[in-house]
Parts: sequence; structure tokens; C-alpha cells
Amino acid sequence: MRVMVFVKATEGSEKGLTPTPEALAAFAAMDAFNEELVKAGVFVAAAGLKPSIEAKRIVFEDAKRTVVDGPFAEARELVAGFSIWEVKDMDEAVAWAKRCPNPMPGRSEIEIRPFFEAADLAGFVTPEELSAPRSGERGKLGVA
Amino acid sequence: MTESETHQAIEATFRIERARLVAGLARLTRSIDLAEELAQDALLAALVEWPKTGVPSKPGAWLMAVAKRRAIDALRRRAMRDRKHAEIALTQNEAADGALEIEAFLDDDIGDDLLGLIFTACDPMLAAAARAALTLRLVAGLTTHEIARAFLTSEATIAQRLVRAKKAIAKAGLTFEPPRGAQRTARLPSVLEVIYLIFNEGYAATSGEELTRPIVAGEAQRLGRLLAALMPGESEVHGLLALMELQASRLMARTAPDGNPIPITNQDRARWDRLLIEGGLQSLVRAERLAAEKSGVAGEGGFGPYLLQAEIAACHARASRAEETDWARIAALYDRLREVTPSPVVELNRAIAHSMVFGPEAGLRLIDAIAADPALRAYAPLPAARGDFMMRAGRRAEAQSQFRAAADLTRNAREKAFLLARAAALDAVG
Repeated sequence: MRVMVFVKATEGSEKGLTPTPEALAAFAAMDAFNEELVKAGVFVAAAGLKPSIEAKRIVFEDAKRTVVDGPFAEARELVAGFSIWEVKDMDEAVAWAKRCPNPMPGRSEIEIRPFFEAADLAGFVTPEELSAPRSGERGKLGVA
Repeated sequence: MTESETHQAIEATFRIERARLVAGLARLTRSIDLAEELAQDALLAALVEWPKTGVPSKPGAWLMAVAKRRAIDALRRRAMRDRKHAEIALTQNEAADGALEIEAFLDDDIGDDLLGLIFTACDPMLAAAARAALTLRLVAGLTTHEIARAFLTSEATIAQRLVRAKKAIAKAGLTFEPPRGAQRTARLPSVLEVIYLIFNEGYAATSGEELTRPIVAGEAQRLGRLLAALMPGESEVHGLLALMELQASRLMARTAPDGNPIPITNQDRARWDRLLIEGGLQSLVRAERLAAEKSGVAGEGGFGPYLLQAEIAACHARASRAEETDWARIAALYDRLREVTPSPVVELNRAIAHSMVFGPEAGLRLIDAIAADPALRAYAPLPAARGDFMMRAGRRAEAQSQFRAAADLTRNAREKAFLLARAAALDAVG
């Protein structure tokens, strides 16, 4: 199964990156951990995200669209980075996540979310939809 | 955390370490059974200790240390017994030297242990099905039950297959050393073959109700990524990974909710997995570069069979609409593939590609040339392709009987229904 692993933002991560010795050491530790994931065949993809000062939100209200510029409050609700892993089950994902070096100085949080699999979506896609070839990009339900 | 949750967490940690543990112990004891037993003992020790002490910071090293102590004890006992039989006196010094040797041995590169285990499980003396079962058991850590489900067979069959394979390995006196140099290159195809066989078990079931069993396909990709990390310099390893990722990207699009297969040209490409496609294309670039470096030839000239197949899969992945598919390149790649690995199945696929570039009559001519091959006599895709060419050439009645012949041959219930529907559709309009 595939999971997405979210690293939650902190007040510190929202301030952006500065190459302090501590930050460099944390980077190296995370690299070593990812290397271990690669060697175990678990690693699929990963990326870090810039602070929310560079983010935009689009708010939907019926037909109305409002764009809201960052930064956003409540750092702990924001995502600072993510990884995608191929694991056997959630237990394995948790066991790997516990081995991850603390991604932030101080208290921080990682959240693991399993992807929807084909079997979960059987009720959402009609045979007509599937039989009609489409040309454009659509991505109705972006899933594994 | 309840006691059972703690146990679950410990077992999950153990599963992560198991393959490396078994690999190191097998190389040391030269016995898979003993290695599995020692690893299991280490798990039992962890289940007793860790709830009290917490999970150690290096759980793999902890487990290995426990298993190692027990391995040394077992080896000493065995050495004593052997020597007693031979009536040779054992001095204290000799025993101590032996233990030191073992210490040094276990500090060796872990990746090497794992490679040694993979190459041993995939030894060419074993039948491909036995190699696949052993690799899934020892390297991927699947249970007998899970392997049986993957291969749609009984647990007893798999258990027997595993026992026989282990016996054969013991009898042949395999050392669990990874092959080196030219030997490594020579033995690599038997490893790649096994991983691709496992992938195909998941990707296209040859029989039964379920056309795709994505879980095994995922396991094969994981093995492929593992191998790519262990052998980063081998073009074909990356080629196989690229091939699996590019094919797996279509898993979600290739079956309708009613279970019927959807041909690649009709698939909803928005449902293709972009992440796998991107990963596959990256592996492809790596494989191409390594092939060019090794052969000194630019382009397809130096490509191995997996890389060539990955290139074909990439032609589909790169086309955002079916009409944009570069069939001319696919046909050329099949021309090359049949030189590298001649097989009737490759010939059939080549005929399909040529029919897309040069028309259905060209496809029919190529199929006629291979139809007599005994390997294709009961091969459903042959009449299915022929039926398709005939239909496109306007030969409806002949096409219909070809689709029916194909339906008679396939063991897959879904595919059968699909082929019969194609035959019936010709009836309705004609």
C-alpha cells in the first residue's frame, strides 16, 4: 500500500531556511534516513515545501473563488513537507516513521495517511465513464 | 499502548529488519532454516525485552547481536559435535579464533548479505516458481499464506515448494555469497526474471476471476527498488524497475468496474498514475545512461531486454492521447527486441505494433509467419490479435471466428467475456 507522510510545520519552519550548523546537521540526518528508505525499497518520492508566506489559498463558495495570500496562522496545521512510501501496512509505516529523525527542532509532528486504493473507489466510477475514452487531463479522483 | 499494540509495533519493526537479519545469518550459518530460526528467536527475545526497555535506538543491530550470540553457540555446538565425530581434539584457542572470525564476518557490508541472499534464492538451478516463492518469503517477508494467494495456489503447495528449494540449496552447498565480477552479470538475468515473474503474477493474472492483483505487483516494485539501491550500476536493474513502474501506472485504468479489461488505446489516461510514470521515466534515463556507458554505443544498440521493453512502455506513457502514440518507434523497438530476446510472444507484439504503423494487412502477414509456432498454438492473444486485424481490414466474419477461438483458449474469465463480447458486437452490426 502507498502512504503519504506529512511533516507538519512549526513556528520555526514558517520562518524559512537558514543554513545554521544545527539545520545542516538535521538535513544530513534526514538524508541518511531517506537513504535507508531507498535501500529498503520503501521510498517513492519526497519534497519539502516553502513557508506559507509564499503560499496561496483559493476559497470556494458556490460559484465564487477568492484567493487568499499567505502567510497563514496556526503553523501546526500547515504542511512543511511530505514523503510517499510503499509499505506493507500501517504498522510498517509507523515503524519507519518512528525511525525518522525529528524533522524540526523541539516538538514536531508527522502524520501518515494511506492512499485510496482501487477497491475503495469501486462505487465512485461508473462503467460508462470508464468505457468512454477521454482526451483531456481530468484526474477525477487522484489516487494510487 | 496495550500489550497487543506493543507486540504489533515490535513485530512491524522486526519485519523491517527480517530480510537483512536472515541474510546475514544465512551467510554465517549457510542454512536458511537455521537463519530463519535464529531470526525468530531474536524476535521472541525482543518481545520479552523491548516492552520493558523500550525499542532500542538501533533495533536491527540489537536483533543481530542477539541472533549472532545464538548463532555462535549453535556453530560451536555443531563444531564440537563434528570434531567429536572425527575424534579431533578441540583446543580453547581454536574455538576463540572461530568466534573472532564470526565477529569480523558479521561486521561486513549488510547490503552484500542481502544481495547474497537474493542471488541464492534466485539460483538458476531452482525452477522459476520456486525462486519466486523463496524470494517473496525471504526477501519480501511474505507469509506462506500470502504467497499462496499471490500465485492462486494452496498454502500446502507453496510450503512444499519452499521446503524443496531450501533442501536443494543446502544439498548444493551454496555459500550465500553474492557473485562478483563477470559472475554477477551472468547470474543477474535469473534474479530479474524472478522479480518480473512476481510482478506479472500481480499485474496480469493468468487465470481466475481477478485480472489484477495489485498487492503482489507492489511487492515486486519494492524488490526492484531494493535491487536498484543494491546494484546502482546495472542498466538492466533500472530498466526492469522502469518497466514495472510504467506498466503499474496503468493498473487503475486497465479494468472497468465490471471487471472487464480495457485495451490501452481506450484507457482513460487521466487515471494513469503520474507519480509512477515520472519515477519510471527517471529510472529509464538512468538505465539508458548506464547502457551507453557500458556498451559505448549510443541509442538502442546497447540496450538489454528489460530496458527495451521499458522504452516501449514509455512510448505509451508519454502519449497524452492514444492517437499521439509513437507506434513507429514501438515497432522499431520490437524489431530490436526480437534480436535481443527472440520469442513468439515478442513476434506477436511486434505484429501488433507493425499493424498500427503499416496497417492491419501488414500485421496479418507477420502473424501468419509465426502462427505455426508450437508455443503459440494455444495462446489466446494470437487469435485475439488476428481477429482485431481482420476486423480493421473489414473481414468481419473471419474476425468473429478468431475472437471466438481466442475466448475458447483463455483461462481468464474476464478476458473470455470480453472476447465473446467483441465477437457478438460484430454480429449485431453485420
